[in-house]
Amino acid sequence: MTAAAPATDPRPSGEHPAEGPKGFVAAFVEAIVEGSSTTVTVLAVVAAIVIGGILIAFSDPHVLGKMGHFFSAPGAALGAAWDSASAAYSAMFRGAIVNFHTVSAASRGGSVTAVFNPISETIVNATPLIFAGLAVMLPFRAGLFNIGATGQFIGGAIVAGYLGFAVSLPPFIHVVVAVAGGFAGGAAVGWFVGFLRARTGANEVIVTIMLNYVAEYFLLYVLGTSPFRRPGRSDPITPFMHGTARLPHLAGASLRINAGILVALAAAAAVSWLLKRSTLGFEIRAVGANARAARGAGMNVERGYILVMLIAGGLAGLAAASVVLGTNYTVDPQIYGTYGIDAITIALLGRGTPLGVVLASLLYGALHAGGVTMVAATQTPIEIVTVIQSVIVLFVAAPPLVRALFRLRTPKQAEAVPLLAAPAVVTEP
Amino acid sequence: MHLELRGITKRFGSLVANDHIDLDVEPGQIHALLGENGAGKSTLMNVLYGLYEPDEGQIVIDGKPVSFANPKDAIAAGIGMVHQHFMLVPVFTVAENVTLGIEPVRSLPHLRVAGRLGLLDRRRARREVKELSARYNLDVDPDAVVEHLPVGTQQRVEIIKSLARQAEVLILDEPTAVLTPGETDELFAILKSLQASGRSVVFITHKLREVQAVADQVTVIRQGKVVEHLAPTATDAQLAAAMVGREVRLRVEKGPAAPGEVVLAISGLTVADDLGGTAVNDFSLEVRRGEIVGIAGVQGNGQTELCESLLGLRPALAGTVTIAGDDLTGADTRTVLRAGVGYVPEDRQDDGLVGDFTIAENLALDVYDQAPYSRGPALRLDALRDIAARQIAEFDVRTRSSEVPVRTLSGGNQQKVILARELSRPVNLLVASQPTRGLDIGSIEFVHKRIVAARDGGAGVLIVSSELDEIYALADRIAVMSDGRIIGIRPPTVSREELGLLMSGAHRDAPAEAAS
Amino acid sequence: MTAATLIPTGRRTVDRQLAAGVTLALLGVMDLALFGLAGHTGTAKFGMSLAGASVHVPDLSLPARGTPIVAGAISIVLGALRIRLDLSPALRRTTMGAAIGLFLVSFLCWAAAGQTLSLVGLLQSTATRSIPIVLGALAGCLCERAGVINIAIEGQLLLGAFVAAVAASATGNLWVGLLTGSLAGGLLAAMLAAFAIAFVVDQVVLGVVLNVFASGLTGYLYDRILVTYQRTLNQPPVFRNWKVPVLGDIPIIGPVFFDSNVFLYLTYGALFLVQAFLFHTRWGLRVRAVGEHPVAAETVGIRVLATRYRNVILGGLVAGLGGAYLTIGSVGAFGKDISSGKGYIALAALIFGRWTPLGAVGAALVFGFADALQNVLSILGTPIPSDVLLMLPYAATILVVAGLVGKVRAPAADGRPYVKS
Repeated sequence: MTAAAPATDPRPSGEHPAEGPKGFVAAFVEAIVEGSSTTVTVLAVVAAIVIGGILIAFSDPHVLGKMGHFFSAPGAALGAAWDSASAAYSAMFRGAIVNFHTVSAASRGGSVTAVFNPISETIVNATPLIFAGLAVMLPFRAGLFNIGATGQFIGGAIVAGYLGFAVSLPPFIHVVVAVAGGFAGGAAVGWFVGFLRARTGANEVIVTIMLNYVAEYFLLYVLGTSPFRRPGRSDPITPFMHGTARLPHLAGASLRINAGILVALAAAAAVSWLLKRSTLGFEIRAVGANARAARGAGMNVERGYILVMLIAGGLAGLAAASVVLGTNYTVDPQIYGTYGIDAITIALLGRGTPLGVVLASLLYGALHAGGVTMVAATQTPIEIVTVIQSVIVLFVAAPPLVRALFRLRTPKQAEAVPLLAAPAVVTEP
Repeated sequence: MHLELRGITKRFGSLVANDHIDLDVEPGQIHALLGENGAGKSTLMNVLYGLYEPDEGQIVIDGKPVSFANPKDAIAAGIGMVHQHFMLVPVFTVAENVTLGIEPVRSLPHLRVAGRLGLLDRRRARREVKELSARYNLDVDPDAVVEHLPVGTQQRVEIIKSLARQAEVLILDEPTAVLTPGETDELFAILKSLQASGRSVVFITHKLREVQAVADQVTVIRQGKVVEHLAPTATDAQLAAAMVGREVRLRVEKGPAAPGEVVLAISGLTVADDLGGTAVNDFSLEVRRGEIVGIAGVQGNGQTELCESLLGLRPALAGTVTIAGDDLTGADTRTVLRAGVGYVPEDRQDDGLVGDFTIAENLALDVYDQAPYSRGPALRLDALRDIAARQIAEFDVRTRSSEVPVRTLSGGNQQKVILARELSRPVNLLVASQPTRGLDIGSIEFVHKRIVAARDGGAGVLIVSSELDEIYALADRIAVMSDGRIIGIRPPTVSREELGLLMSGAHRDAPAEAAS
Repeated sequence: MTAATLIPTGRRTVDRQLAAGVTLALLGVMDLALFGLAGHTGTAKFGMSLAGASVHVPDLSLPARGTPIVAGAISIVLGALRIRLDLSPALRRTTMGAAIGLFLVSFLCWAAAGQTLSLVGLLQSTATRSIPIVLGALAGCLCERAGVINIAIEGQLLLGAFVAAVAASATGNLWVGLLTGSLAGGLLAAMLAAFAIAFVVDQVVLGVVLNVFASGLTGYLYDRILVTYQRTLNQPPVFRNWKVPVLGDIPIIGPVFFDSNVFLYLTYGALFLVQAFLFHTRWGLRVRAVGEHPVAAETVGIRVLATRYRNVILGGLVAGLGGAYLTIGSVGAFGKDISSGKGYIALAALIFGRWTPLGAVGAALVFGFADALQNVLSILGTPIPSDVLLMLPYAATILVVAGLVGKVRAPAADGRPYVKS
């Protein structure tokens, strides 16, 4: 924002905050302090956690038992409900952020790395989500919906995995080649989507959904073929990755945190630069905001679609590489997990910016890492994390609902068009 | 039916679109509502049709105040409307469109439930359409699918639609914009026959001649207010003065043209429209440096497709396009732009600007990948901003900053952004389609001046406009386009009558004469 | 090139014609070469009655190599005709249908060479396996014809399956299970409607999120409650087959269509109702107007938003019914993610069937057939990986949306919220 404008304006309205180039830090600060959308996001998280807590409490067999005596002993029932939810959430906190037992143990000479294990797990879980989230977010800026991060992930997993276990290369080079292979494998799948969209106008939503299933069955098929079979195993699973192909650990072998997160942050920074500071990004944004005008200005919209889907597919392929080469060291039929679906909600939660994607991924990573501890500590099924995530996204998608829930006033400033609001048919004659 | 509007006021935020408007439509009257684009005519009619709720004022029918919460109420009260953009479902048949919302259902004598089930009675629907069509000479096939019909016929479907709902007052919003002069005459005949049956018609237009041809009474609206009630016998000058508030001077200060070498040569160009039909048919035309050629014609005669084809946005099926000596037939848009073609598209918001981009970004929209805007793959944001500031000053774009989204600007300022972008690079040829549509008089003057300046700077200029006034004001030569071809080229001294005749396609020059 | 891809031109229709013709011919070549020349000699026997049928129809024997060769030749001729002649849309569809049918015949002859394949069993299995797909596709049809994209069919199936199993187990009454399962689908649809219509959330994202929500919720409750209370909450009875008198004894048709449980009959009832509703009633006409041009609908007094709410919820009820089938109509107990992508196949069937109920059912039957076939082939020991076969419906849908097999056109306002200014 030009500093002079509001100062000289007698009634600073702030309607059009100018968006000059911002540094990474400035953008970060702005994302936190700025406007109502951040507030809505935070409140959405709070609301979802509360709803999740209620669900945990009132599905706990122990609590349900107490509920039978609700009218004679309401206190006991509610107390049990509170205990159930708080036990689950505190286990989650221990698994995702810090476990104070390990801190006190460390202060008495115990393992220091154990203190950092939860954070490491959160980051490890967030790493593929960052890549996948970027893979959905970037096409979105070009007006394309990439529901197909799953299929692209599988493409990346097959190539990165094969290069990881079947090829022998010198240390450093091997991991670079395998990661690049992951990018290429995903990019090939993404390219196909972009190509179809550009050449035939095929709706990418349908194509990517269908391609996900094609890829899932293809993965199953490939894992059944002899080059991918692990000797001595009858189930479809690949051999382990060579040591040279594994992403190096960042904090010793006892913590799973690995170089994948560095690549992921670099990818986020690269996407940020691409969108804000490059001619290609200018083109992508123009195509996304108004394809007809972009075409009229001489941009090659079709090439834009293909490039964007190629890069997005590559990013999803990197997500696969970070899993296959960073934590699992093998490819199995379920390797794609829910990354592709989570990525869609992360892109939404991250409001279409790379920084937002990183933050949303960390949140998801923490929920997943904490979820694992929660299952072990309280036997609460891990699916509660899925429920919480989807409720967060539903709230974020509908700010008026959150405002009504928390009795907030609608901001005076015209609300930014919701990121994922569809182009509406308006009765404007 | 006697329809009165009393003190209707409609505000959108701080904008007062209708300011205490009074209107009195007597039974059997054709009442013209005359005003410039943006004067508030359409808003008023949408209030009357229940699409907008008025902030103040009353609608009175036969002495009784009524209020419309939605179009259904308005329809029930006997009001019919033919929108500027037809409200027809393209994939439905005429009969389906006409009866939508009032569908006749089958009643089987033995089965009383049949009516409840709402089974469509297609035969009765068809018969109703045929009857109405015959009674008012509308000539429409009830089984035709609407998307396959020409616009003139679609408009008649809209009229039948209103009649089928027993409309007593028919509102037509700029009905002639899409019609040829011949179709316009047919429409007027239809309106007269509606009038003869006792219905009244509200006719929204900004064209003086149509008012004089068909109206019984004229109400002039300017900036949301009724400025005058006139009889249609008023002269052009009186009507125009009332409409724009001062003496109209569309004549631009311009010296005589000094045509130089040929900069655009189109020969035998044939282009398809979206549906695969032939929009531009064996089209030939030359434009020289230092002259403005105006293409006059009724909208929808291939002008849009012609411009898109010149810019490489639509493939040529046959023929050649040569620009500044290079054969650019079938070249992509970037190549065409790089050959020094400036392009002001017909629909600036959809085709000319990226609404969410800042002014600075829009000003760089077709040069962003060249120095000084970029270095290698990187965009130079400082250069974008600096150059934008200069162009904003030069082209008098009214804004606080170059960093606001362009969609927040007024239409006139948006058009200035496009002109600034297109005329700031070396231009051999300027193609401008409907360059002043929907702009206020001040912006029109500015745009016209800039176009003349481009001519005087040595560029060839091709203007496409459906406004004859604009063609007269700018063109050094007038080429009349009808049905995808040039059917005559005239000097700007040609009479309106002759142009009108040419535009209707009724008369055409011998091919040799047309090509010269 | 750039503009040509966006704007249909004369040239492009020629390309389509060529592409379609080549596809037909390729199918023919595959019949001829893969299943014919490279196939086994001998005869392929197809069982036409089930054991214990009152009227026994003799088995059908076809030459295992000769049939594919003839079928292939016919397809190639059809392909050539398709390229050379400008056929009417109806004929175009017929040629494509014929080629696909011939491909299937060739394939079956090849797979069953020297063996006996129970054709009736295969068709019966097709009919039942396609029930949830048909109901899902009808649900999608109801929504999308009104202009709301329903990606959440999968979630509606899942929630319907869960609730039906639990309710039927708890009450011991199957009809309660059927009803509540349907209502559960309607409930999720009501969420879809509220978020899509009132909050103008993008419908694609919304559908995906609701699927995740349904999967998470049912998965969570399954692990937390159903596993513990398996006997009281997840051991529902299953609807028994009810053979329609007389009709059920008709050879071939009887066992396939008239000897099943209530879900099959409800499915075809729903198909009939939706088809009649959409194309022969005033309500249907209005729904389609809302899906094509909501502003025009509004101007003739149709309540756009109410129509959309109604249709989306109606669709959810139908999809919930399909979900109920998955448990109380088929296997009984609920299992995690029991819908296993059938909702997405239903979506594919809807598109494949060009957004019409009849077309969608046709496509659903084809997809159900692929599913059933995959089962039979593993029994016959055919060297075709079942993964490849299961992939086919999805791959075929990609071909369709890419316009390689005819053109599809969604309702014009599909997925576009309606906002009154």
